[in-house]
Amino acid sequence: MTTPRPETLAKLTPVLTKRWLSPDAWRIGTYEKLDGYAALRKAVKAHPDDLIQLIKDSGLRGRGGAGFPTGLKWGFIPQGDGKPHYLVVNADEGEPGTCKDLPLMTHDPHSLVEGVIIASYAIRANRAYIYIRGEAVHAARRLRNAVQEAYVKGYLGRNILGSGFDLELVVHSGAGAYICGEETALLDSLEGFRGQPRLRPPFPATHGLYASPTVVNNVGTIASVPYIVLGGADWWRTMGTEKSSGPMIYSLSGRIANPGQFECSMGITLRELIELAGGMQPGHNLKFWTPGGSSTPLLTAEHLDVPLDFEGVAAAGSILGTTATQIFSDQDCPVYATYRWLEFYHHESCGKCTPCREGNYWMVRVYRRILAGQGTHEDLDTLLDTCDNILGRSFCGLGDGATSSVTSSLKYFKQDYLDYIEGRTAPKLSDKQLVGAH
Amino acid sequence: MTVFTEETRARAREIIARYPADRSRSALLPLLHLVQSEEGYVSPAGVEFCAEVLGLNKAQVGAVATFYTMYKRKPTGDYLVSVCTNTMCNVLGGQEVYDTLAEHLGVGHDETTEDGKITLEHAECLAACDYGPVMTVNYDFFDGVDPQTALGVVEELRAGGRPMPTRGARLCSLKEMSVQLAGFADEREGAVADGGPGEPTLRGLRLAEQHGISVSGFDPNTPIRSKAEADKAAEQAKAAQAAGAAANPPAADRKPAGDGAVAQQRTLKEAEAQK
Repeated sequence: MTTPRPETLAKLTPVLTKRWLSPDAWRIGTYEKLDGYAALRKAVKAHPDDLIQLIKDSGLRGRGGAGFPTGLKWGFIPQGDGKPHYLVVNADEGEPGTCKDLPLMTHDPHSLVEGVIIASYAIRANRAYIYIRGEAVHAARRLRNAVQEAYVKGYLGRNILGSGFDLELVVHSGAGAYICGEETALLDSLEGFRGQPRLRPPFPATHGLYASPTVVNNVGTIASVPYIVLGGADWWRTMGTEKSSGPMIYSLSGRIANPGQFECSMGITLRELIELAGGMQPGHNLKFWTPGGSSTPLLTAEHLDVPLDFEGVAAAGSILGTTATQIFSDQDCPVYATYRWLEFYHHESCGKCTPCREGNYWMVRVYRRILAGQGTHEDLDTLLDTCDNILGRSFCGLGDGATSSVTSSLKYFKQDYLDYIEGRTAPKLSDKQLVGAH
Repeated sequence: MTVFTEETRARAREIIARYPADRSRSALLPLLHLVQSEEGYVSPAGVEFCAEVLGLNKAQVGAVATFYTMYKRKPTGDYLVSVCTNTMCNVLGGQEVYDTLAEHLGVGHDETTEDGKITLEHAECLAACDYGPVMTVNYDFFDGVDPQTALGVVEELRAGGRPMPTRGARLCSLKEMSVQLAGFADEREGAVADGGPGEPTLRGLRLAEQHGISVSGFDPNTPIRSKAEADKAAEQAKAAQAAGAAANPPAADRKPAGDGAVAQQRTLKEAEAQK
């Protein structure tokens, strides 16, 4: 394994991840020694509108996948409307490939709690919820412990640090539903219903939790806030690119020597990330990868030098998403990979919208047929036609995301499909797995 | 028919009190975790209990309980073993791990061994792809498993042992875990402190540390600008821009405006002078 070049190493920007190196940073005492709650002390002395402006100036964009400007979102909350306001943190991390929020909440939970308090102060919310994925039990343990510690210290509760500002924060565990990572489904779930998306408009900014003005932000977005409050918008913008400012946690998994979390200046390329991860595993050559989870169209070795920021990835025909780069090699089959993702979307479709519910059900069956060596050329048209009928025809993005790997793998790897259909590749699934596929 | 204990009823009241008074339905998900903590699954009695304490009908509660994967609809074992078979773990060997366990235990997805110890399931992405292939026992992680290590874990569980997860806290029973999922603290001595970060989590940090890389220019005392100051700065920037545009009209030769170092410096200086 070779050492990465200095210019590549220089793209590492440990900011949000930095405290992970301190084993006790999840305890409030250690956190406070490492700049902890200093941002809160500073923030409660400022006017809430100035904090919203600060976040706008920083150019911070949502870390949950869509990249919506955070300051703008906060600014949409109507002020002086006499209604209660809510902050809801989306900690329902479940997009295949994505694994950045769990370590953050496990090893530095107070940074999220501090961000929640500052953001709630800015949008004038007196109640906040962290909706955490049910399965994320250890992160939830640490987070509940952090919230408890923050109450004891007077960072939560009534009259926080003498500012007159009150905030109640509840950590709410989900129960195993990927769809609840979609913000309106999350709100329904938090209200005690099945987690199914709502039609928008109206948007959560005016009709969110309990039909009141609500900001829904990802863990990484809210955890960025204390750093911006401390270091300022100009400092934040020294990292990343003009339109995609700041550091970003890139999660590398798959056929690389050293998978893991790499917090880098936004706009780094996959070539550089693989270099940081010690190169590909011996005997593996890059074949396809996801820039930001399974809902983002696959890219190939042609795209090694695409800047991984919101604009760069969009220009290459994909989506930055959650910067979960899953890296597959020439020993992995894009048809099988896509089939497994579709099984996931089929399982996780909430069933509200027919195109997503039925389309994914049938596409899974077509894939099984192809992988069992019984596919036809017509099946490929059927897949594309089905994608056409799912994309943009459902309430939320789950259905859209399901089509991403289908259309992109057919675009780049049609030959792999034809090899199954025309008998050049040995079937990967057996006949007995084909019940009901015809 | 199960009669829920007074302790459970007290916990139910505590859960409901977390949410606004007129929004008690928000307590439904934690309450379903709570009834599961007493019975090991969401039974018809559990559904009725939730309906009763929230003033809902059983159909409303049942509709929610059946939507979410983590609410089990039949009795479960002491340990829920979940093997990730989503794409990444799958290609790295997760499918083989699942198949081996299923054959060894003689159970399929969402089925429990006869001794009532283990419920097996294949899971979708567990958000630990950098540790793949992974499996969890009562949702705490065993990283980088292969068929042999996975078999070792389930055998130890069946023999009454509690193997230590790779990350996360020491194991508890699924019922005990459901209490935590209902939003209560893990009261076991030292459990919250268990489980330091693994190497993949620290990978980028270690590199930065090793090569002395940190983000420069961070001053925690940077002032937060007030709106008045920000407006003034915006006005100045606008004026500077106007001055710049006047000094550098678009070039006739289709070069970008102000495409010369001297002009740009002068404009910047002018902007500085106005501050």
